[in-house]
Amino acid sequence: MSTTAIQPVPFGRRLKRFMADRPLIPLIILLVILVLVLQILRPGIVNERWLANTVKFAIPLAILAGCQTMTMLTGGIDLSVGTVATMSAFIMATQVVNHDPAVAILIALVPAVLIGLVNGIGVGVFRVHPLIMTLGTSLIGTGCLQVYQRTVIASGAKIPPFLAWLGTGLTYGVPNALLLFVPIAVLIVFTLNRTGFGRLLYAVGDNEGAARLSGVRYWQVITALYVISSVLAGITGLLYIGLIKAPSLSLAEPLVLPSVAAAVIGGTSIFGGRGGYTGTIIGALILTVLTTLLTILQMPEGARRILFGLIVLFVTAAYLRIIEDR
Amino acid sequence: MTRLVRRQGWVAGLLVLFVVLLVITRLIQPGYGSGDFGSLVRAVLPYAFAVAAQTIVVIAGGIDLSVGAMMALTSVTAASMMDGASEEYALFVVPFVLAMGLVLGAVNGMLIVVTRVPDIVVTLATLFVLQGAALLVLGAPGGAVAEWLRATIVGTVSIPGLPELSAWIPKALVLLVVCLCIIWIPLKRSKLGLSIYAIGSSELAAFRSGVPVARTRIIAYALSGLFAAMGGLALTMSTGIGAPIPGPYLLASVAAVVLGGVALGGGKGGLLGPIVAVFVLRLVRTDLTLLAIDPNVTAIIEGAIMVAVVMFGAFITMRSRQS
Repeated sequence: MSTTAIQPVPFGRRLKRFMADRPLIPLIILLVILVLVLQILRPGIVNERWLANTVKFAIPLAILAGCQTMTMLTGGIDLSVGTVATMSAFIMATQVVNHDPAVAILIALVPAVLIGLVNGIGVGVFRVHPLIMTLGTSLIGTGCLQVYQRTVIASGAKIPPFLAWLGTGLTYGVPNALLLFVPIAVLIVFTLNRTGFGRLLYAVGDNEGAARLSGVRYWQVITALYVISSVLAGITGLLYIGLIKAPSLSLAEPLVLPSVAAAVIGGTSIFGGRGGYTGTIIGALILTVLTTLLTILQMPEGARRILFGLIVLFVTAAYLRIIEDR
Repeated sequence: MTRLVRRQGWVAGLLVLFVVLLVITRLIQPGYGSGDFGSLVRAVLPYAFAVAAQTIVVIAGGIDLSVGAMMALTSVTAASMMDGASEEYALFVVPFVLAMGLVLGAVNGMLIVVTRVPDIVVTLATLFVLQGAALLVLGAPGGAVAEWLRATIVGTVSIPGLPELSAWIPKALVLLVVCLCIIWIPLKRSKLGLSIYAIGSSELAAFRSGVPVARTRIIAYALSGLFAAMGGLALTMSTGIGAPIPGPYLLASVAAVVLGGVALGGGKGGLLGPIVAVFVLRLVRTDLTLLAIDPNVTAIIEGAIMVAVVMFGAFITMRSRQS
């Protein structure tokens, strides 16, 4: 705080402005505080293994939160990521019994592309609210998965060793999952900040009418966006099953609400046009540490959901206040 | 005038569609009789209340994503309170749960008004919160329900002298009609009802005409919560237990609202259309089941129909906005 020059501005205002200008710093402070609280509650818990574990569990959440970040930038949301991730994981695990892993992975990503396409067309062409649209496709997807499960019930499922290696393995104490995550994160950040497509996403979210008038083909942008989001969710599913190692029909469902919360905490506005991926990554780390903390405090699942809901509401409301102040 | 004709025409068309579907059902299953109709109405009951809850908020120009979670919470509350309690205790439980719905709905409305966060975000947040609360009340499906409450929706009314007709009037239908009319008809005829339509149609115009926008919005959400609580009670009454996981009521309610001729933009439509629409949607499901289609496939078809309906509704809204 000492870097800000002495000004005749009340401290509260100054703090608000500071937070609005550099949203990352308060987030990192919050993360450090949470880790400290954890260390105080359970002295010695924070060590190298804990760190690797936290990163491992934060990565799938961070990728899914990346889907939310990109869709939220356009003023949307993608609630089908959980179903898509579950589908691709389950299909991969059952197809790998009969096929080469590479083929199985390709087959597994087909439904992801399809669901993304339907989402994109529904939102971009028919202008259904993204929330309703993605909720609908996730219901249909779950139904399809249940039907599919019947057809493969006899063949069983297995997890290819390299996915397990990627999901759980450590190399010199560093999670292998970072091999997948770092390129994805760099790609998302690069796309959002340095490419035309990224700029279109911000433009559409900031002022759709203006973007349209400047020649942005809205439906094409949105369709591409939801397909990308779905494919990312599918990849997350593949990674997540390597981590959890038990295919089920509700594998990634518990990650949906936290992924929304992580993007919101990370400073991405749910109304579109503002935010970025770096904040989201820290948001995902914060939520993972928070989950550990709540588990240590023996907080039941219900209380955790209540907390996530309140976080989303509180952060959004606070965010609106900060914007209005400027 | 033409708008009135068009709107009533829409509802009439839905009714015709419903009758046609009934005839088709009779053709698929010649034995489909009054008993089956009774079970259809019982299955519709929670959906109908969810739709009513959604309708009132959509007319006021908003949307309530927390309908399903609210029903889950009220349902588990009722089921766990009645578990092991005496029959008379339920007389206290029912008003308590209804009041809870009313208050929670009002909280939804107040959060929207006070924080100025859009309704879709606020109700998404309360969806998480209510879901969590439902899990705290009852970790797994369980609880019980008073026998007399179950009896109010099982069986048919008896009209002396008309056994043929009364066989086709299940008690559940009477309960539904009474509950909806008791709230909807006085509301529609009052100044408050007019205000609800007004803020949905144009908030600014309503504000400038002296409509208390904030208060009206809170009341609309409170009534929505009340309907959702009725839905939760109906759920407990028909299943005999409470389940903390929300059913597919959110999407179903939005689809029925759209199919029922209520514009998602707000300010238009009535309650009858969506209610008939939900009967149509449920009957389609019954038909699919009677055709011996795998229940999971039925779920896919049903989901696809609902998504298609919502897409169609959004398309219409967009077209009307452009013109």
